[in-house]
Amino acid sequence: MSEVPRELRDEVPSFDDGPVHHDHGAIDWTGLTSIRGAKSALEIGTIIAIAVCMFFGLEAILRLTDTPIYIFPRPTSVVTALTDDFWLQYGHHLWVTLQEFFIGFAIGSTIGLVLAAVITQKPFVEKVVAPYIIMLVVTPMLALVPFLRVSLIKGVSMWPIIVAVALASGPMVLINASTGFRRTDLAKIALARSYGATTFQVFRKIRFPLALPMIIVGYMVGAIFGLLTAIGGEMVSASEQGGLGRQLIYFSSLIRMENFGAVIMIIAGLGISIYVVFYFIGKRWASWES
Amino acid sequence: MSSAEGTAKLEIRGAAKTYAGKTGPVRAVEDFSLEVRGGELVCILGPSGCGKTTLLWAMAGLHALTSGEILLDGSPIIGPRPAEIGMMFQDANLLPWRNLRKNIEFPFEIKKRPVDEGRVETLLREVGLAGFESSFPRELSGGMQQRASIVRALAPDPGVMLLDEPFGALDAFTRDEMNLLLMRLWSETSKTIVFVTHNISEAIFLADRVVVMTPRPGRLARIFDIELPRPRTVEMTFEPGFIELIQEIKRVVESGAQHTVEVA
Repeated sequence: MSEVPRELRDEVPSFDDGPVHHDHGAIDWTGLTSIRGAKSALEIGTIIAIAVCMFFGLEAILRLTDTPIYIFPRPTSVVTALTDDFWLQYGHHLWVTLQEFFIGFAIGSTIGLVLAAVITQKPFVEKVVAPYIIMLVVTPMLALVPFLRVSLIKGVSMWPIIVAVALASGPMVLINASTGFRRTDLAKIALARSYGATTFQVFRKIRFPLALPMIIVGYMVGAIFGLLTAIGGEMVSASEQGGLGRQLIYFSSLIRMENFGAVIMIIAGLGISIYVVFYFIGKRWASWES
Repeated sequence: MSSAEGTAKLEIRGAAKTYAGKTGPVRAVEDFSLEVRGGELVCILGPSGCGKTTLLWAMAGLHALTSGEILLDGSPIIGPRPAEIGMMFQDANLLPWRNLRKNIEFPFEIKKRPVDEGRVETLLREVGLAGFESSFPRELSGGMQQRASIVRALAPDPGVMLLDEPFGALDAFTRDEMNLLLMRLWSETSKTIVFVTHNISEAIFLADRVVVMTPRPGRLARIFDIELPRPRTVEMTFEPGFIELIQEIKRVVESGAQHTVEVA
């Protein structure tokens, strides 16, 4: 099993970029030794150097070609725009987007996870549900926001976007978690049963841990889809509170491209944060699978 | 072989198991009867697909027989009996997301019983795994994983151990080492062991009795009493008597069709 080449394995994206564990002890300290440390410092240094080169390279090109700011904002002006009146122009809207994202993602992912655990127990249910799940996955949920705005009860104006985020992230969690729950290892289930495990104990101590790496992948993909849907939904039909997507439309209609760029930077930062959070969750809870 | 009724620890009576296959019913085991005495080490030997695992899983209460019954201490087995029966599966079958200690504590956790720390410590030292408690399975060699699996099976101290080709995936040297370890642990306790294997010399090396099965459907072909003295050594496996026995058993396995059922 361990002899199968990595590229041939039908496996989850792995989280095993970290230091390799050796035979002794729980913690591998070799990552802290100078050689490995120097190597990763070199890697980090190179990444930063590329970022710096891109920043100033772009700045130089835009200055040399004398590109007007409304065609393409200069990196320095984006940074200035970002720091200028942060709360009113971005902070408040970031908060709105985050609320929509977190509430929608919490609802969608929870429903997706529970549904995955339930439907994988019954092949019939799984087959019947599958086409609807695929329909939900391939339909861009942000397109539903104007419709939801009309059809949902007025009052809490974030709800259309929250529903869209849940509809976008839930199926992603569902699909990946289902793949995880389908990985039944009969020998391990038999092991638990031979010790007298109940059905719930088999689920909690065998099926769930076995599915966890795929569940984490599902949460990561679902979170990224949820964020995109929140921002896209705001672009299509924002609430009166605004949101980062609304600010994109607002700034581009005023041709304030440096502010537009600043919003893009914030959104990119959010996406990277989501990735980093799930990277570390994967490292902590799914590193046994490598 | 005529152990009177009542002295048998484990009694299999007319066991048969039929699976629903794609092309019709598959008879995995048929008309199999056997008595295992308390403290005995019995090896069930047969080629792949002869129904030996089916039989062992039925003994463990993991699935029901189509007909016949299995009695443990006189009472029929209708489900897992974790207090009395311990099972070791093919390969080490450790849970990869748990470290060694957590793997060994798994049976106690399922039964919601306090861990017998002293016993676990002793077993770990005995199999040479002391100090590796916090290692994860993937950090250990195949032999070490297998030893951890033995500790896990022995820690709850069941009276009967069922082993399903536990060392099949190991290389010959590690397998010998594991077999010696198993026999040492067995001689120190009074456990009843049923060991399933397709390896003839392993079966002879370990067993008090070797039960030979023939495939499709799995039937009892013959029972061999192994008279080798104990403690056994690897050297014994090179002696002429041992090799003759291997050949004799091999003939019985190969002449599967003519089943000379020896009545126990």
